[in-house]
Amino acid sequence: MARTIVGLLVWSLVSSGAWAQTLNIASSAPVTSIDPHYHTLSPNESLDSHIYERLVDRDPAGHMIGGLAESWRLRDDRTWEFKLRTATFHDGTPFTAEDVAYTLARVPRVKNSPASFSVYSRAVTSTEIVDAHTILLHTDTPYPLLPSDLSQIFIIPHTLGPDPATEDFNSGKNAIGTGPYRFVAYRPGDRIEMERYDGYWGAKPHWRHVNYRIISNDAARTASLLAGDVDMIEFVPPTDLPKLRTDARVTLEEVVGNRAIYLWLDQSRTGPTPFVTGPNGETLEANPLRDRRVRLALSLAVNRQGIVDRVMEGAAVPTGQYLSPGTYSYVPDLKAPPYDPARAKALLAEAGFPNGLRISLHGPNDRYVNDAKIIQAVGQMWQRIGVQTTVEALPWNSFIGRAGKQEFSAFLLGWGTSTAEGTNPLRAQIATWNPARGMGTANRGRYSNPKVDALIDQALATMDDGAREKVIQQATREAMDDVPVIMLHLQKNIWAVRKGLTYEPRVDEETRAMSVHP
Amino acid sequence: MATWLIRRLIQAVFVVLAMTVIVFVGVHVIGNPVDILISPEADQAERARIIANLGLDQPLWRQYFVFLNGALHGDLGRSFVFNEPALKLIAQRMPATMELAVTAVLLSVLVGVPLGLYAGLRPDGFLGRSIMAGSILGFSLPTFWVGLMLIMVFAVFLGWLPSTGRGATAAFLGVQWSFLTWDGLRHMFLPALNLSLFNISLVLRLTRAGVRETLPMDFIKFARAKGLSPARIVMVHVLKTIMIPVVTVVGLELGSTIAFAVVTESVFAWPGMGKLIIDSINVLDRPVIVAYLMMIVLLFITINLVVDILYTALDPRVRLEAKQ
Repeated sequence: MARTIVGLLVWSLVSSGAWAQTLNIASSAPVTSIDPHYHTLSPNESLDSHIYERLVDRDPAGHMIGGLAESWRLRDDRTWEFKLRTATFHDGTPFTAEDVAYTLARVPRVKNSPASFSVYSRAVTSTEIVDAHTILLHTDTPYPLLPSDLSQIFIIPHTLGPDPATEDFNSGKNAIGTGPYRFVAYRPGDRIEMERYDGYWGAKPHWRHVNYRIISNDAARTASLLAGDVDMIEFVPPTDLPKLRTDARVTLEEVVGNRAIYLWLDQSRTGPTPFVTGPNGETLEANPLRDRRVRLALSLAVNRQGIVDRVMEGAAVPTGQYLSPGTYSYVPDLKAPPYDPARAKALLAEAGFPNGLRISLHGPNDRYVNDAKIIQAVGQMWQRIGVQTTVEALPWNSFIGRAGKQEFSAFLLGWGTSTAEGTNPLRAQIATWNPARGMGTANRGRYSNPKVDALIDQALATMDDGAREKVIQQATREAMDDVPVIMLHLQKNIWAVRKGLTYEPRVDEETRAMSVHP
Repeated sequence: MATWLIRRLIQAVFVVLAMTVIVFVGVHVIGNPVDILISPEADQAERARIIANLGLDQPLWRQYFVFLNGALHGDLGRSFVFNEPALKLIAQRMPATMELAVTAVLLSVLVGVPLGLYAGLRPDGFLGRSIMAGSILGFSLPTFWVGLMLIMVFAVFLGWLPSTGRGATAAFLGVQWSFLTWDGLRHMFLPALNLSLFNISLVLRLTRAGVRETLPMDFIKFARAKGLSPARIVMVHVLKTIMIPVVTVVGLELGSTIAFAVVTESVFAWPGMGKLIIDSINVLDRPVIVAYLMMIVLLFITINLVVDILYTALDPRVRLEAKQ
């Protein structure tokens, strides 16, 4: 009898101990693969950061820190030297320069990848192993962003052999990295289970087990936290924010992220643009959106603080640029444009539209936080300066293709700057669309400004970080002054943890069990 | 019987073919999955490479014939998103949806028929009236709202049951099932209840209507006059007569419960097929959409077949083949 009781006591202690060391995380979107090179998708990268590691990691504020590389330096303009750390893969093989070369060779070869990581590896034209812990990476042209690009690529062991299959990662066979957690099980659409890797080179995380659950429904995610089924949720829905801020059971951790929400204006047509007409519906001879005064008027007419307070429930900050304060190449003196309807009206009149315009404003309704509500609010604000606006929200799957074909005149989109530095949005969004040079790849408004283009090229060729930051800031200032897009706000990244836990909120939206502390 | 079956099968093949054509054209009209999946930082050359890789650069009719050719060899294509065979993805998620839907339908019969019987036998009693009033709620309240309320009450306030997820599973016939573990059952209860609420109301109302209709009939009066016990009259004669509409409806509802469990699955984060198909539609993952809909069409055809056959067992007047 006594033994049974002691046994039960011990059992209950042990089991509650095990329970206390399990962290249940609710993520908001499904992971599509355990293969770290298959799909550039933030839920995948968030999960992968537990199992695998990159050469260059990022701290919560987005600054580059050593990952599997201890340090890196330029040998000459086209050669980078990376000094590697002593680390061991989950299967016991030591990490060496050969694994880096193998990974960089594998990235562009992943079969059927719908969104390849080769955008981050393509600058490397050849690799040269100096010794087990030193590797040289060569580029065709001087390329200052290489460490930043490599902060997206997870290293896998060369022992996986030539062309490891994506399915073998999902089954766990190939899911081998050097990260602080090792893969245990993947239940598609439900959860990924991980356990602490005791051979990890860095600080040991607190949690022995991690259940990385997928709860895409916003209300259900909040309810799971309140019910105590999960310890942390990511992407706290803004509608629940007022309630959660006063709830004693949870703590909110928030930071301004690098995801900007803005409006594109069609610059591709010199003639009439399909969704803009004169005040009485008459076709215009020229596209008024190519007139800076019209763009500026539409920008000044938007009450950004109003949108942030009322539509976003405070889960955003007004912005005049793509990056969050404190990020490398953020422009401190570039503020969010003021709300000035009087000046907006005057500008419209000056541009030849004293009686306003008619515009259809398009946007997605299932992609960004409150996307459809934002364009409705903007529509009403434009109405006040005499721009009669109709608003049309579409599902993302039909919206994004049409936006890429310049079918709209004014439309909402978002841009998350994954590399946390200014050339990323400048190169993809602001630079003139040029397929041959790979510039302006996401320039859906087809904005073009030769002066800004020249500054972007100059930034991309400036190897010194300090000097480059100045050029990027100059390019950003020049560009934003010309209103290529109407910047609205930067989303806040918000996590909620149960009382007693803390989380270091990350600018890059990644949810990491390692950063949850009791 | 045999010609009848063959005719039904030929019909089925045509239905499936028509459905695949509709999906191919429909998805093509909505947009290009590569626009949704591709990294926004990818350049134009990369985009063209991916489109070619997925075979989306081919004209639509050729894509369709490639698909048909694969389908004839049992290959419905690979998911654009997961890079796994579409059938495998669906098979992975199917058990979760199946056990949820079957439990919900069982619940609806086990709860709906007795309540309906009672309401039919005592139409004017307080309880009978309350049951009918309650069934109106079951019909009219939106599933996602009821689901959230169930979570708020039983998981958040009372803390009796887990809020979301599938919980522990155990293997049976090589497949993971929730109903074999206590934890799994606890996780399944709320979603199954939520999914069954509508069906409970439906079955309950059908049963009650059937009872009200049958009780005044001559054969019941005769059975009474013959001196049969009330229990036997209700359990055998009344129940057997009213089962025909109930079986039809439950059969058809099983199909739609499986096919449209998506709302409940997403509210309770239940990793079933419904969530897979919604996610697939959002990113235009055509192989998965086609494979899923083919499966659902086949499911409905099978269920209709079974219902027709059950008819003959329940009602000897019904014959599957009209005599020449």
